[in-house]
Amino acid sequence: MLLRRLGLTDVRSYDHATLEFAPGVTVLIGPNAQGKTNLLEAINRAATGGSHRVASDAPLVRLGAEVGAIRAELETDASRRRTLELEVGSGRRTRTRVDGQDVRRAAEALGVLRVVLFAPEDVAIVRGDPGERRRFLDDLLSQRRPAYAAARAEYDRALRQRNQLLKQARGLSPRARSAASSTLEVWTEQLVTYGTQVVAARVAAVRALAAPTDRAYRDLADRPEAIGLAYRCSAGPLPDDGGAVPAPAEVAAALRGALLEVEDDERARGMTLVGPHRDDLDLTIGALPARGYASHGEVWSLALALKLASYEVLAEVGDRPIVLLDDVFAELDTTRRQRLAAACARFDQVLVTAAVEEDVPLTGARVEVTVEDGVSRLRPRPAGEAGAA
Amino acid sequence: MYEGAVQDLIDELGRLPGVGPKSAQRIAFFLLQADLVDATRLAEAITRVKQTVRFCSRCFNIAEAEQCRVCRDPRRDDTVLCVVEEARDVVAIERTREYRGRYHVLGGAISPIDGIGPDELHITELLHRLDREPVEEVIIATNPNVEGEATASFLSRQLDGRAVRVTRLASGLPVGGDLDYADEVTLSRAFVGRQDLRGRGTREVR
Ligand SMILES: [Zn+2]
Repeated sequence: MLLRRLGLTDVRSYDHATLEFAPGVTVLIGPNAQGKTNLLEAINRAATGGSHRVASDAPLVRLGAEVGAIRAELETDASRRRTLELEVGSGRRTRTRVDGQDVRRAAEALGVLRVVLFAPEDVAIVRGDPGERRRFLDDLLSQRRPAYAAARAEYDRALRQRNQLLKQARGLSPRARSAASSTLEVWTEQLVTYGTQVVAARVAAVRALAAPTDRAYRDLADRPEAIGLAYRCSAGPLPDDGGAVPAPAEVAAALRGALLEVEDDERARGMTLVGPHRDDLDLTIGALPARGYASHGEVWSLALALKLASYEVLAEVGDRPIVLLDDVFAELDTTRRQRLAAACARFDQVLVTAAVEEDVPLTGARVEVTVEDGVSRLRPRPAGEAGAA
Repeated sequence: MYEGAVQDLIDELGRLPGVGPKSAQRIAFFLLQADLVDATRLAEAITRVKQTVRFCSRCFNIAEAEQCRVCRDPRRDDTVLCVVEEARDVVAIERTREYRGRYHVLGGAISPIDGIGPDELHITELLHRLDREPVEEVIIATNPNVEGEATASFLSRQLDGRAVRVTRLASGLPVGGDLDYADEVTLSRAFVGRQDLRGRGTREVR
């Protein structure tokens, strides 16, 4: 799909800005802290329902304003025009409109705008806690199929309910506890039902990511070592049937069995110890775990490779996503810049930010981003005109 | 903080579901500026509802008499019983005109976070009704969200071994949804396509 036009009102450093986009490459150029990243962040927020920099929407709104508005005009792969509008503010419900119509749940807008964003913070996918890798998979799957976001939310809800019940049961007499255990069975069943959907989808995503990640990494890294991706299930290893998606019945059986095994421990500790909320994605470079062993360059290349591979997984179902690359080229040497630029050629639309224009060996539109009187200004440069730098 | 009566009103409004401190203040000041007639009518409506409306002694639906309108209607089918979470679900289902049986209102769904276990719901009363009434089918129409599904699953276990058909409203209702929000067409379809829960110890993975 294509982003045709973006409007920002009171979003971060923007008071009021609109920008038209063409297919292909657009490079946003400007010194740091002028608003380049803010623009990509706003697009990502509209696409995924979350900001990659902060958990709450409060900082997304320009200081002094109450509400920020993001408006994206899109063109689908089938050449259909669509609009996506968000009004965000701290302490208020985000108002979302798709094609001018209010949507009741923000989740209904998922998938209207599809993006793959790579930002320097994404090294956390490789280097950070298991939660970072779970979030990477969950964000990818939610964009791929909005039903996943629903199943994921239901799982969280069932998990909270079950944890609460386990916590309550700790203080009960043996007799009262046996009464509570009939309710616990019901919550275990809910946990298994939604947990199975989450685990099966994540395993499928990991299997789909493996080959394209390996390919992308070889293009980017200094030493072209083999990349390994393996979903680590807290319920124990799942049988590899060679299929794209593991059999739900087997995942459910594994979850059920593992929960039965830790039952006494769960009752003692008052929390659920097995399930997708405790799973991880194991990443290896060569024979070594990426986390802890990889150099900065390797970590960075692997994180970017995972994001480039996400494109393939998203494009499998529905529209091809828009690729957003925040401050990526500066990290690469000339050879790798050329390779990444070559990879970008197969994307319908790529929005790139850079502080130094010469770092980006891509032909396409240029937009200068500067701060004037405290607010960001966008200045598209006419074709053929050289940069001031 | 405001002076006595105004603050009392804000405090009371703030205890209502979905009304935060800011909204409570806004409503209080709206009422302050409203006509005395309008304010009195609101106060009377609240008093009247508490004095005249109660819960049906048979099905726990909202009633203006000992029993609710549905329970008093002799034309309703005694052999089918639809179990819902709240009285507002009865209204939603009645609007579809698809259903001619009786109801049983649980008064909520199992939710440990909210401190609601099976004992807080009208489940014992449901079992008593099944002993006394000629019910042949129990339709479990709890909401299609996590709590509603857990409650349905708990009920189907409780009804195991009884000589009644136990069915669940067909999916197609929005996930995480509220029966009350389901539009009439979806809800009608859900009734027609309801599925047997009997003999299924565990729910199939969708
Ligand atoms: Zn009644």
